[in-house]
Amino acid sequence: MSDAATSRSSALSPATRQRVTDLAIDAVLLIFSLAMLLPLFLLVANAFKSPQELLQWPPTILPRAGTLDNFRSVIGDTPLLQWVLNSFLFAILSTIAIVATSAISGYVFGKFRNRLINALFAIILATAIVPFEVYMIPLYFNVQKLGLLNSIWGLLIGYLVMSFGIFLIRQYVIATIPDELIEAARIDGAGEFWIFWKVIVPLLRGPLGALAVLAFFQAWTAFAWPLIIATTKESYTIEVGLALFQTGFTVDLGRLSAAAALVLVPSVTLFAVLRRNFVQGVASTGFRE
Amino acid sequence: MLQRRKFLFAILALAPTLAIYAWVRVYPIGDVLRLSLYQWNLLSRNKPFIGLENFRALLDDQLFLDAITNTSIIAFGILAITIPLGMGLAMLIHARAASRLSGFYETAIFLPHVASLVPAAMAWKWIFDARLGPLNALLGWFGVQPKAWLFDPVLAVVCIIVLGAWQALGYAVLIFLVGIKNLPTAPYEAAKIDGASPWQSFRYISIPLLKPITLYVSVVTLVAGFNVYAQAFVLASDSQGAPGRLVRVLVLDMMENSFRNYRFGYAAAEAVVLLLVVLSLTAIQFGLLRERGGRA
Repeated sequence: MSDAATSRSSALSPATRQRVTDLAIDAVLLIFSLAMLLPLFLLVANAFKSPQELLQWPPTILPRAGTLDNFRSVIGDTPLLQWVLNSFLFAILSTIAIVATSAISGYVFGKFRNRLINALFAIILATAIVPFEVYMIPLYFNVQKLGLLNSIWGLLIGYLVMSFGIFLIRQYVIATIPDELIEAARIDGAGEFWIFWKVIVPLLRGPLGALAVLAFFQAWTAFAWPLIIATTKESYTIEVGLALFQTGFTVDLGRLSAAAALVLVPSVTLFAVLRRNFVQGVASTGFRE
Repeated sequence: MLQRRKFLFAILALAPTLAIYAWVRVYPIGDVLRLSLYQWNLLSRNKPFIGLENFRALLDDQLFLDAITNTSIIAFGILAITIPLGMGLAMLIHARAASRLSGFYETAIFLPHVASLVPAAMAWKWIFDARLGPLNALLGWFGVQPKAWLFDPVLAVVCIIVLGAWQALGYAVLIFLVGIKNLPTAPYEAAKIDGASPWQSFRYISIPLLKPITLYVSVVTLVAGFNVYAQAFVLASDSQGAPGRLVRVLVLDMMENSFRNYRFGYAAAEAVVLLLVVLSLTAIQFGLLRERGGRA
């Protein structure tokens, strides 16, 4: 597209040609961006359609007579809000655990290096390669032994630590926190825990924020693990609840879409608000060698 | 004295994390390797050691072979769409970095990556729906006969690839953008002086310089592709609503063998196969990176 635009404008001045190329690129990107958003948009639109309108052929894009019935009935007839609450508690607890373990061990791995500690870090990094699905079965037995099936605590056990989080904080500590700062605090007589809590943690606010967003979304969108841990209707997370709901009610598209929209819209909004944090967190994985 | 105090702090501070790791990562990984060598069924009293028998049985198991074939096709299909498209889009976004819309492009392309999987898959399920879906309506305008996208074994795999690529693309674009921003400018200036076209500098400068990034994104995308599960669970439910009957994928087969058939040793062997796939992909990545370093 941009090539055609360039050749057509070859008689024009370089500045004009540049403008035409830019416009062509903008057009391509704009169409593509809207296409990427289209499925999510259609889903939300379906949530407002009446059952009659959903059965029309060809399908409508925008709801012709918007209705809130789907939302009302899905909230009234299913434990949707309970599922959202379960997911939310699970995600918050997982975020707290991951941020806490990553902050302290990232700091120690970054600043207290000897052969033993480096070896421990290597082990943690090595386990990061192994996908969760590989060791899910023995982990399930761990949860079962503790009697924590069908509970938020059982869900949490799978999402207590994140290797990438420890790695991220360690890299940040090495790159930005000078040894002299820690030494100066020690000479002033500060204890090691005090230094970590009062000096280091405030400096880690940026990367810990990025990590928190990553951890929250990771737990919020988890699927395979909650599917095996939470098997009673009351303990489902929203992802599991929705997936089983949709296999049970294959026809009732309106209520399904309403339920899906109720999940999607808050998380997408949250993402838009926290975009910078999130992008920073994900992008820094790109530096992993 | 100080050294000892520091070391004591380090170990005390690490202790909780290490204990958690030992219990939720190291032990289960070791256990899955052990289980894969046993005939470990929930109901049987003896759980004998059978060596590699589980793995031999996998080779004769048509369901497993279907699953691994489907999973590989899906993973490489997603890769084939995501890498060229991701690199191209990242180049275009980078070219328009000054534009007021660049934030919108990035967000719009990245959103599917963070959108919850199940609602997103449900959106696509409607799009692909044979009777009511907009895809068939759109194709109808061009005179194409409506197709039962999700009920044909081949087309259903295509649908899962499209959904997977839609989700993976945002991550690829993001990482490529980081890589492109960090490219040196000197080679491009030299090429411009020598009269190279934009396409030539893309082909002969950008693509080679981006090779490490491309390798990294490829491995991440492939590993994620081999773990495909929820997509198949939601999209490929059969007419009675039973999930994943039509397109069997590896994780689904593993989940059925463990939590439906209670053959945990057998399922553990499948998990080990998945681990071997991931390890070899990572090893290939490192090998290709080293090869490049050697030549440079």
